Amino acid sequence: MTIADGPALPKLIGERVKRREDPRLIQGQATYVDDIKLPGMLHLAFKRSDIAHGVIRSIDTSAAAAMEGVELVITGAELAEHLGPMPIGTPFPAPDHYSVATDKVRYVGEPVAVVVAEDRYLARDAADAIEVEYDELPAVVDPEAAMEAGSATLHEGFERNIAVESYWGGTGVNPETAQPEDDSAVDAAFAEADVVVSQRMLNQRLAPNAMEPRGVVAHYEPGREYLTVWSATQNPHILRTLVAALMGLGEHQVRAVAPEVGGGFGCKINIYGEEYVAAALSRLVKAPVKWIEDRTEAFLTTTHGRDLLGYIDLAAKNDGTITGLKARIIADIGAYEVLLTAMIPTLTGLMMNGVYRLPVVRHELTEVFTNKTPTDAYRGAGRPEGLYFLERAVDMVARELGMDPAEIRRKNFVPPDEFPFATQGGLVYDSGNYEPCLDKALEVADWQGLLAERDAARAEGRIVGVGLSFYVEVCGLGPSAVVPTGGWEHSGVTVERGGKVTATTGASPHGQGNETTFAQMLADHFSIPLEDITILHGDTSVVKQGIGTFGSRSQAVGGAALISAAGKAGDKMKQFAAALMTDQEVSPEDLVFEDGRIQVEGAPEVSKTFAEVADYAYVPVPLPPGMEPGVSEEAFFEPENNTYPFGCHISMVEVDRDTGETKLLKLIAVDDCGNVINPLIVDGQVHGGLAQGIGQAMFEEVVYDEDGQPVTASFMDYVMPRAADLPVFELDRTVTPTPINPLGAKGVGEAGTIGSTPCVVNAAVDALAPFGVTHIEMPLRPERMWRLINEGGQS
Amino acid sequence: MSEPVPITINVNGRKRSAMVEARLLLVHFLRESLNLTGTHVGCDTSQCGACTVLLDGRSTKSCTVFAVQADGSEVQTIEGLADGDELHPLQDGFWEEHGLQCGYCTPGMIMSAVNLLEDNPAPSEAEIREGISGNICRCTGYQHIVNAIQHAAERMAQS
Repeated sequence: MTIADGPALPKLIGERVKRREDPRLIQGQATYVDDIKLPGMLHLAFKRSDIAHGVIRSIDTSAAAAMEGVELVITGAELAEHLGPMPIGTPFPAPDHYSVATDKVRYVGEPVAVVVAEDRYLARDAADAIEVEYDELPAVVDPEAAMEAGSATLHEGFERNIAVESYWGGTGVNPETAQPEDDSAVDAAFAEADVVVSQRMLNQRLAPNAMEPRGVVAHYEPGREYLTVWSATQNPHILRTLVAALMGLGEHQVRAVAPEVGGGFGCKINIYGEEYVAAALSRLVKAPVKWIEDRTEAFLTTTHGRDLLGYIDLAAKNDGTITGLKARIIADIGAYEVLLTAMIPTLTGLMMNGVYRLPVVRHELTEVFTNKTPTDAYRGAGRPEGLYFLERAVDMVARELGMDPAEIRRKNFVPPDEFPFATQGGLVYDSGNYEPCLDKALEVADWQGLLAERDAARAEGRIVGVGLSFYVEVCGLGPSAVVPTGGWEHSGVTVERGGKVTATTGASPHGQGNETTFAQMLADHFSIPLEDITILHGDTSVVKQGIGTFGSRSQAVGGAALISAAGKAGDKMKQFAAALMTDQEVSPEDLVFEDGRIQVEGAPEVSKTFAEVADYAYVPVPLPPGMEPGVSEEAFFEPENNTYPFGCHISMVEVDRDTGETKLLKLIAVDDCGNVINPLIVDGQVHGGLAQGIGQAMFEEVVYDEDGQPVTASFMDYVMPRAADLPVFELDRTVTPTPINPLGAKGVGEAGTIGSTPCVVNAAVDALAPFGVTHIEMPLRPERMWRLINEGGQS
Repeated sequence: MSEPVPITINVNGRKRSAMVEARLLLVHFLRESLNLTGTHVGCDTSQCGACTVLLDGRSTKSCTVFAVQADGSEVQTIEGLADGDELHPLQDGFWEEHGLQCGYCTPGMIMSAVNLLEDNPAPSEAEIREGISGNICRCTGYQHIVNAIQHAAERMAQS
């Protein structure tokens, strides 16, 4: 018998544990893709189209090929013999899309040829020496004009440039055909309304701009017939699957590694042409190859986000009851469909129920090709667009009725006793309790005080406004039925000799801190010190299966898989422990983990140390009947539904009368993401999301000119929020756990981006309301604001 | 291409001599020739500050300096900041206050902050925000970075 004498271990779930990732990152010791060097490694550079739309007439590679140190120059047409068109991850019809253009270019930046050379500078020199002649075609830039008869078209078989045209659920829509069958309820809601607001709004195109550009190192070993690909990706397992497929290899012949990844925000979900090209050219030249994107290439070729035009109609009664919503959405998806392109805008209409008990919702979506960079996920991915449209429209109704923006929302909330709540769009919200969240936000912000402060400022002649938004979003992507890549996540938990624990997760992080939060969860689960736990991720040769990190799924799906695997490993540890307690009749069911020991619940004197049980598991003499040696368990977790976090954001802005410059004075965010594992990390996620949402409201916009030339292709032209642009954020939380996973955690990665954008624009419209302004298009550029102050109306 | 040029730069206290192309950027000299990969490249146009190092004690964006321009200078990078095993107060502050997420901008952000605190050992919140406005972070919203620099300033004031 042993007596429990170790120190009591504090519970770590819910604690502000500082991150275990940080020591390598703050000392410059982390390894990002560009830090990888292999012997004999060659470098790639891409020759890219400098026109938006045209047919390739000729490519002269002779000068490039003649340069000393250039190994290979290859055009798209030649490369097509080695690489077929790229796969996509949605079920929508899509035109062929080659990694490197074969005959026609459709956006500025599309690659037309590739150089392989001994050195990065030389590769760029050689790419610059390639001469391409085009027969230029008219550029398709405006998505509405693109759908008109007579517009130039990008792709054969896609008339009027339309990629997807559909109704996505909603009142009177047949979900099977996605077509409206019965308009009576929609028509009645609008005919009987006391007030209808109708507004055209643009949710503008953005560049995700992870600070680490994309990059890839590929090494094909012909003797082993084995390919290793290191890539700045959010999902190495999807990379493995797709690269294997395009290379004609089995998954077992491909190892994909996401080393340290410097941010993703959705733009590193897609598997890009450069990744396939690197793999194919490594096989072709029989050497490792590297390609690292520069920032201008990132603006031209890394997927953009948003770019949805909405025609929104919202109907209400005089008492503020919202009775119906109609949304006609046009998505400018750019030149091609990449991995999830066509799926992203479908989330917009689905989420437009918001937090309200809308009896009637109808949303219509058209996705249109234009001569621009393809779009895909960007933090929030469909939800910020939908919630922006809705929360702007609700504010407009409140203004029309003279209602307080908080009170109109309160009046229309889905009440807590109606969860799970089925929306008109066909989603089922897992859990929610909106009113306490609103009340807390009003209290933290001192809403009445803010309004008084605004009025006092106005009396002094200042231009000040306050704004509020209330969002619900969807996290924890899967389930597999709605995520084309599969919506599960995988984890493995191994208890090693000596009692240390190593766990793997397919949720490959790029700043989210899973090495810390997942270790906190295991420390509590096994009641062992945090230092005894290692979390491995990002390498498909170590992490057997996985989907990846996107859609705020790491904790809600990946964390649930981890706990499931830990449960299996724990059960086995208890069986070994019971077998070791030979002087007692102990059943594994009676045992618990407590302070580094496995003990009979309530009887700490009957216990074994975690370490000695682990040692026994690997030298099991005698082997307990029916058991295998060792403790190494794995689990897949398939969520039965998504999770639906929510929150209320409040802001105050001031506009300079002379310059039109908008200053964000305050931002209060009260978010509810269910149970919280690490409040420090959750706060960090919210802060970052807020900054990006504010960036969209105030600063950021990808601009093309009428010829399809990008005007914003560097940080000199695309305005990113800097430290001095932002106030100190005031955060608080309510906690409404989800029943969908054992953690009760919903996800928080995208929340800040979703609530803050409409909140800030609502405040800006409030600021300019005395000038007769009813809507302002984003971003809140000084020139735009100055015109509104001086000319009134809308922009 | 021009003839290679001889340079000698004192990097993190060590004299490093090399023959380099005249057009070689300082950041590539550090990363490729010296394997000091803690300094990152984020934008190529000196806007983002991921490549910030100290050049003769002043925070400098090493993507817009040629290695030959740094000939005869002293350069300090993130790898040279800690005192042996003891983290610099700024490194410690970033760790304590969760001043980083993906970590890509972090070395440059820390090197800018080193220079900021040398110029102004007790900066206000607004001065910190202004002081790091040459460095872009896409992850944190800057709030925890401001806290981290305040944390370091307080610790440095005590010692």
